[in-house]
Formats: sequence, C-alpha cells, structure tokens
Amino acid sequence: MKYHRDRERRNRFAEKGNQLKLVIDSDLCQGHNRCYALAPELVDVDDYGQAFALNDGEVPAELEDKAALIVDNCPEFAIKVESGE
Amino acid sequence: MSDTEQPVSGPQQTDPVHDWTTDYDIYDAEYVNDPTPVWKDLRDSGCPMARTDRRGIRSWLPTKFADVQALAKIVPELSNKEPLVISLPKDMQFGDQTFNAPPISSDPPEQIWTRRMILPAFSPKAVEKHRQYTVDLCNSLIDGFIDNGSCDAAVDYAQQIPPRVIANMLGFDPAKSDDFTEWVRGVLELGLFDPVIRVKYREIIREFLIDEVSSRWENPRDDYLSELLAMDVPEMKGQEVKVVVGLANLLLIAGIDTTWSSIGSGLYHFGTHADDRRRLAADHSLFPTALEEILRFYSPVTMARVAQEDVPFGDTVIKEGEKVLMNFPGANHDEDAFEDAGKVVIDRTRNRHIAFGSGIHRCAGSNLARLEMDVAIRTWFERIPEFEVSDPDAVTWAGGQVRGPRRLPMKF
Repeated sequence: MKYHRDRERRNRFAEKGNQLKLVIDSDLCQGHNRCYALAPELVDVDDYGQAFALNDGEVPAELEDKAALIVDNCPEFAIKVESGE
Repeated sequence: MSDTEQPVSGPQQTDPVHDWTTDYDIYDAEYVNDPTPVWKDLRDSGCPMARTDRRGIRSWLPTKFADVQALAKIVPELSNKEPLVISLPKDMQFGDQTFNAPPISSDPPEQIWTRRMILPAFSPKAVEKHRQYTVDLCNSLIDGFIDNGSCDAAVDYAQQIPPRVIANMLGFDPAKSDDFTEWVRGVLELGLFDPVIRVKYREIIREFLIDEVSSRWENPRDDYLSELLAMDVPEMKGQEVKVVVGLANLLLIAGIDTTWSSIGSGLYHFGTHADDRRRLAADHSLFPTALEEILRFYSPVTMARVAQEDVPFGDTVIKEGEKVLMNFPGANHDEDAFEDAGKVVIDRTRNRHIAFGSGIHRCAGSNLARLEMDVAIRTWFERIPEFEVSDPDAVTWAGGQVRGPRRLPMKF
C-alpha cells in the first residue's frame, strides 16, 4: 500500500515539475548490492560493496519506477527518494 | 559413526517439543522439514521470541522481521564469537581454539579489517570472472545425467557446484571437491549435533588449510590466497599465515552447503510447482525476481550471536552468555514485512529479504552465491525446461544452521 502512496506523491511532484532525488545513507548501507543489480542506471557500488547514487542522485522521469523499486528492495532501509525541492 | 562412513543427512531424533515458546528445537524433525508453521504460531502467540534451554545453554529464537533486524545491529554486545547455532560443550573445547573464520567469527575492530581484505574479490563486478567457469561446470554436470531422464538434483547437481567454484577461486585441486563437501557437512550439518564429528572435521580442515597457506607463504603463486597473504594490512603483520588460514576457513566453509542449499531449494520449488516452472520457463526475464523470492522463501542460513553482557530486548533480557539465533529465514516469512509472506510470488517486486543477513555481517559472498544460483538454475532451465520431483516423499532436508534439500529425486 505504501508503494501506491509513494507513487501518488511522486505524481504530485511530477506535476509540479520537481525532480526526484535518490539518497543513499552510507552508514546504513551494508553492501547487499540489491540496488545495483536492479538499477545500475541509478546506482554504482565500490570495491567494498558500498552503494552510491549516480548523477548526484538525479532520477530521470523514466526511471522513477526503478528508483521506487530499489527503495523497496533494500534490506537495510538505506535508500530514500526525496523531492528535489 | 566410523571414520570411513559418509555423513548422512536428514532430521535427527530429538525429544518432542511440547511448548515451542519455552522449549523450541530447531532440530525437531517436523521443523526441519517445514519450519513455517512454527514461526507463524510463535508470531501469532504474542511471544514471537521463543527460548530453549536444550543443549545446556539458553538460546533465543526471534521470529519477527523487525526483531531480527534490530538484534543484528546490537554489536558488539551480541557478539559473533560463536556464530554456530549450537556451541561446543565446554569439555569438547580442545584442539586449537584460536582457529576461527574471520570476519564471521569476529567483532569489530578485527571484523572490519578482515572483512575489507575479502570484500573486493566478492564485489558484483569481481565475481563475474567466475561466471564462465560456472556455466561450463553446470553444463558438464547436466551432460552427465540428461540422457537418463532422471537424477538426484541435490546430490548430482546442486551439491557439485559450489565446492568446485570455491576450489577454483581459492586455487585448490578441484578433485578434492567431494572431500570439501564432506568436511563442511561434518562441521555445519552433522557436527552441530555431534561435537566429536565437528572437532574431527574442523581439525581436518585446519590441517589442510595450514598446508595450503604455508606453501604459498613460502612460494607465492598467482592465486587468491597468495594475494591475501601479500596484502598490505598493518593488523596482519607477523601473523599472515594464521590470518589467511582463518579467512580461507570461512571462504571454504561458508560458501558450500549454503549456496548448494539455495540451488537445491530453487529446483525443489520449481519441481513441485508446475505453474511457476512453466511461467519461468516461458519468460526468463522473471529470473531476477524469482531467484530473490526463492532466497526469501527458502532462506538457508541461520547464524548465532552470544551475549557479552545482559542485553535488554523488548520485555525480556538476554543474559550474558546466552545465545540468540539470527533467524533470517523466519524473519523473511513475517506477514508484517512481506505481503502474502506464506506464498512464493516469483514476480514479487517488494522484497527486502535478509537471506544474506543484515547489518555488519551481511554475507560477504552474497554476490558470488547469487551468480552461482543464477547460473545453476538458468542453465538447468535452458537444458531441462520440463522437470518434476519424482517422489516428493523421498525428498530429505537438512536444517539447523543451513536448511536445504539433501535428496531431491527429479525426473524429466
């Protein structure tokens, strides 16, 4: 259900022309690499498995669903999508 | 058991459990075959954190996703010094007690520098170099039985893969793969129940690794263990052989029956659920979600922590010296964390499962395990898209530390 709320919120941002931003908490990330496997367009990982957002976390409109997907698959709750306001 | 007998698998006989909240037993035969009803009952009972005093020590079994997540982060109060779910009795603690398996048997700070030594070889990009070897291996195994129309998918296939991939990675003779499997089961499967077996196989592994690592220390080769020995790690100086023997112990033990169990569980699932099998065979783009779902539903690994001091948790206290089982498999069946947790949904898109653990001890080899699982099951589907478990009653499961099918008769 939360997924749909996120989607509604994203749609509202999109209407306002706001860019979504991917934020990865490096203290929480434990290198599961689920995000990199699902969305290498948005995330890369270093030699130790630590994930970091590409392009300063900018999420192009066509990748918003993928961004939501990696939020929902992070075992450590380390990824958030925020409004770019 | 004589020295020459191969370990046998399957549930062991234990005293029956009358109350799962106060006397749980992860070796109960029904629990080994299917633990999910017990976890559900415990969660529904309002007492989701079961305990037991079996085997001479109090041990806790959380069953909620949120509890397992929280407990995994109580570091170092809940220590990894004894990660096996059953500790050796005090009078069995002979042999070299300093022989360990860092970083899984360590707490920070040792856990941090030993983990950093091995992580780069297991990054998603680094493990790709093992893909072709794994593809060729899986194909050659299938060549060996495909014309028979049947095989034991656990013994003839799943079990054969991880020991060879690991042997190849570590630079060991692949002909020793069957020995590795026997040794690892001696420690993690049969040895958990029988301290004599556990110590016997632990010592076999220790002596083997000391030989292998020492020879590379004297004459470095172009292989991974030699690379580890040559790393510039200040904390390792002066004890290189001991440290690398410990790391090699982890690399050998941790990747074999765990990964084999996941491959076997996947084939078990698709061999008993024709609808999911047909769907996946028709649409290979479902592989990524399907494999993560197999990892969630059939999570193989339970680890343990031991309290270094009294640790308050919820309305209870984990007292110094007591164990807590990191019930990752049970957490992954929690309805509060997963919609329709009791169903395998091969296109599940929201799946924060913790089959590889959670927190600082997240399985260091998870990317290699995923690669092996992906190659093994994908190659099977490409070569044998139609298959089924020929006799579901003949399937046997190992459980406890690592759960997975050990006999899996398949026809195709």
